[in-house]
Amino acid sequence: MSIITIQLGQCGNQVGREVFDTICTDLHGGHGLCSKKENESYLAAGRERFFSEEKPGVLAARAVLVDMEPKVIGQTLSLASKSGCWTYDHQSHFCQKQGSGNNWANGYCVHGPKHKESIMNLVRKEAEKCDRLSGFLTVMSMAGGTGSGLGAFVTAGLKDAYPSSFLLNHVVWPYGTGEVIVQNYNAVLTLSHLYQSSDALLVHENDAVHKICAQLMNIKQISFRDVNRVIAHQLGSVFQPASSSSSDGATQYSRSPLGDLMEVLVPHPEFKMLGIRNIPQMSENSLPYTTFAWPGLLKHLRQMLIANAKMEEGIDWQVRPPVPGLPASRKESLKQPGRFNTSIANLVTLRGKDIQSADLGGFRDPALYTSWLNAPEDTLTVWKTPRAFNKYEKSASLVSNSQFLLKPLDSVVGKAWKMFASKAYIHQYTKFGLDEDDFLHCFTTLEQVIASYGSL
Amino acid sequence: MYILCPFKLYISSPLNGFSRFPSLVGQCGNQIGCRFWDLALREHSAVNKKGIYDEALSSFFRNVNTRTDGDGADLCKGKIRSLKARALLIDMEEGVVNEILQGPLRDLFDSKQLITDVSGSGNNWAVGHKMYGCQFRDQIVEKLRKTAEHCDCLQCFFIIHSMGGGTGSGLGTFILKVLEDEFPEVYRFVTSVYPSREDDVITSPYNSVLAMKELSDHADCVLPIENESLFDIVSKINQMTNCGKLGSTVKQTSLITSSAGGIKHNREKPFDAMNNIVANLLLNLTSSARFEGSLNMDLNEISMNLVPFPQLHYLVSSLTPLYTLADVNVPPRRLDQMFSDAFSKDHQLLRADPKHSLYLACALLVRGNVQVSDLRRNIERMKPSLQFVSWNQEGWKTGLCSVPPVGHSHSLLALANNTCVKPTFIELRERFMMLYKKKAHLHHYLHVDGMEQSNFSEALSSLTDLIEEYNQLDASNCGPAIDPPRLEIAV
Ligand SMILES: Nc1nc2c(ncn2[C@@H]2O[C@H](COP(=O)(O)OP(=O)(O)O)[C@@H](O)[C@H]2O)c(=O)[nH]1
Ligand SMILES: Nc1nc2c(ncn2[C@@H]2O[C@H](COP(=O)(O)OP(=O)(O)O)[C@@H](O)[C@H]2O)c(=O)[nH]1
Ligand SMILES: [Mg+2]
Repeated sequence: MSIITIQLGQCGNQVGREVFDTICTDLHGGHGLCSKKENESYLAAGRERFFSEEKPGVLAARAVLVDMEPKVIGQTLSLASKSGCWTYDHQSHFCQKQGSGNNWANGYCVHGPKHKESIMNLVRKEAEKCDRLSGFLTVMSMAGGTGSGLGAFVTAGLKDAYPSSFLLNHVVWPYGTGEVIVQNYNAVLTLSHLYQSSDALLVHENDAVHKICAQLMNIKQISFRDVNRVIAHQLGSVFQPASSSSSDGATQYSRSPLGDLMEVLVPHPEFKMLGIRNIPQMSENSLPYTTFAWPGLLKHLRQMLIANAKMEEGIDWQVRPPVPGLPASRKESLKQPGRFNTSIANLVTLRGKDIQSADLGGFRDPALYTSWLNAPEDTLTVWKTPRAFNKYEKSASLVSNSQFLLKPLDSVVGKAWKMFASKAYIHQYTKFGLDEDDFLHCFTTLEQVIASYGSL
Repeated sequence: MYILCPFKLYISSPLNGFSRFPSLVGQCGNQIGCRFWDLALREHSAVNKKGIYDEALSSFFRNVNTRTDGDGADLCKGKIRSLKARALLIDMEEGVVNEILQGPLRDLFDSKQLITDVSGSGNNWAVGHKMYGCQFRDQIVEKLRKTAEHCDCLQCFFIIHSMGGGTGSGLGTFILKVLEDEFPEVYRFVTSVYPSREDDVITSPYNSVLAMKELSDHADCVLPIENESLFDIVSKINQMTNCGKLGSTVKQTSLITSSAGGIKHNREKPFDAMNNIVANLLLNLTSSARFEGSLNMDLNEISMNLVPFPQLHYLVSSLTPLYTLADVNVPPRRLDQMFSDAFSKDHQLLRADPKHSLYLACALLVRGNVQVSDLRRNIERMKPSLQFVSWNQEGWKTGLCSVPPVGHSHSLLALANNTCVKPTFIELRERFMMLYKKKAHLHHYLHVDGMEQSNFSEALSSLTDLIEEYNQLDASNCGPAIDPPRLEIAV
């Protein structure tokens, strides 16, 4: 089944392009260390998912590009064409002359209603190209104005127009100290609106990815391009084909990748914040000189989960699941480091050699999960494929619905609230038709989310 | 197509009395705008080697075919024919405008872009604002509309004027109001040259305070600039380049005071070096809206991020580096120096010290080969030495534009919304009071139709309120910051 990607704003377009690039490189990157038959069914599934093939041999991304200014889309289209391996459909983009000016209200209240029809038309045309549509993946940042404001508006529009399709929002969380001063306002407005209309939010924190670039990839002068490559690699490692049933012979690839993911990870609409981790992650230069074994990889990945580490370096090994029966001192330690990260559900994807030997018992431990949301057998889902991903002989990735975002979310809401209390910048939003009550409403929604995740 | 409508108003009248810059006595010639267009052409021709009219170029220039169409219908893409500045030149005397029309940039303007009169404003705000405002309103609106019609997306108006005279100060702020009425959606940026302490225009405190009220009420952003600061920067550069050792290695085109590489001039004017600094400020301010980068910054993002309360829209600017040495290797140390300098007192275009005052917000507009990790490192490094208001501890806005200015590998424009502007305003009020107490020269103003005593008292109280707002911010920074209690949620 196919996924339509909607790239919104500068960040959305720059990240989105990198995702297609990564996926395409992986699809064309040789035999993937598996049987020819295996590789072919992987390729077929991967292509159907992300590309249409109007002319033989030319892959066109199933994507709609949206921005309110022309420079980023221009650059994105031309970079894709230069890849020689895939392109964008050159009809499938929409841009205007001037950006949203980091103003969520401008994106949501002005550009949204004004351009909804044109954007939805492009989406419909993409949808008509799909034999079987699994759903939509939107890619955007929540700090700017276009991705965040227009993105929230378009997300609601998609939910209305395609009520039975799945809708996953990929959201780039801004650096703590930022590029945008009103980022916390924009984030609060975006998240609370997405929480109403999206099926799940998959979050990448720029600070965390930046650290991966510095420490695991050894990049000295880190650019957005580097950051986006890591994000794309992680997304690819989840969304490239993999199968939930380990039958013999060629793998049966998941029919509806988005549907399956939502079904296992979002058991309750109050909890829809998803995070992603992967292992191993390193610079291409050191890859040939490193060997991996499943037990080591999975041991690290599990500790990354419970200690809430975003990468395999610097994990706190002291953190352990709570011993059943002992009262956990929850309230005071809510935001402290060294705290155990409780999960609702996890999805582990294994790719590459000897996957049959990988033992996931550590992820099944009931102590990792909150007791009341899921039946124990539903807490962990595993997807596998013997096909290696992107030059990594073995790789594992983990999408989890857990408390991982509690601290950053609390911090964003706290900073925005502080600004709101002093009424700073409010006039910039009221100018475009958003009033103080709208803000209050959004704050309430997110305090509720914080409270819910906090009480797990 | 991206289009700005920068818009020139800065034309000076003869300087009266004793000038701080003796060589200028009797010379008129404010040419900031002129310097701007020259350097804008230089920048675009450095980037655009093929002579194709592209989107970047279209933000400042129209491309017209003068031969086939007398009215100069706009051409879109294609070869550059004849570039016309998207600008309006306004002066109430003819000298400077005529000089521009006879100078090397004459082809950039046609008569439809000019508004002039013969008698000047006599350094009297009331004459510029009330008399000429009334007289020229219709003509101004019509020419504005014509200019705007040529833009398919009008982003922003820039007004460049001085505060101390009569035309820029009076008519300039009148036009600000006209723009607000006629184009309410379009942002209004104002670059204002504030009078120096020993200004040669005796009535400059009146003119400036009267103009300040208009700026506070009708501008989206004001970039206040002082000639003394520009002068100090020019002297500093001259000193550095003349001390021999350095002189040989500095790239001439990189000096932010230099016109090298621009259109050939007959002779450099005394204000040119200073005006080039302001021209570079405007080029860097608009670079990210014109050229691509990994973190674009449109002009509307500036006021969105830097103006937390409507009237507090005065931004102190600094430009670094002042020049680039000719060797090509840039050690990270030198890159970091660029960031440090941007916060130092002697790089500000206003006599102010942001480092020892309170930041409401700060923007860093970077051009050239600089990545997000360089930004992060430098923000982390600078942060401990700067004070930010309690509710905006992370008040940083950044932009990354990949095209550096001519002659540089990288550059930085820092904009600070900082209480350090307060002393300038207080001093201005004091100088105003010295005259106002004695009612000196008041009758020259009250003669003018439409001018009332209340214009003075209202302007004074507007300035006092503004100063008070800065006072309160400074005061709030003294006590301990108490976090507001968060919303309670029933689980
Ligand atoms: N990871 C990543 N973040 C980006 C990129 N470009 C912008 N951002 C982030 O996005 C935010 C700014 O939003 P942006 O997408 O530029 O605004 P928009 O164009 O109005 O949607 C900031 O938090 C940036 O850190 C990118 O290419 N990669
Ligand atoms: N930076 C700069 N300042 C100037 C220039 N010409 C005049 N000034 C200053 O402008 C003020 C006088 O205003 P002016 O522009 O002559 O008056 P107007 O023609 O009536 O608007 C004085 O403070 C001068 O020092 C110039 O070319 N550059
Ligand atoms: Mg943008």
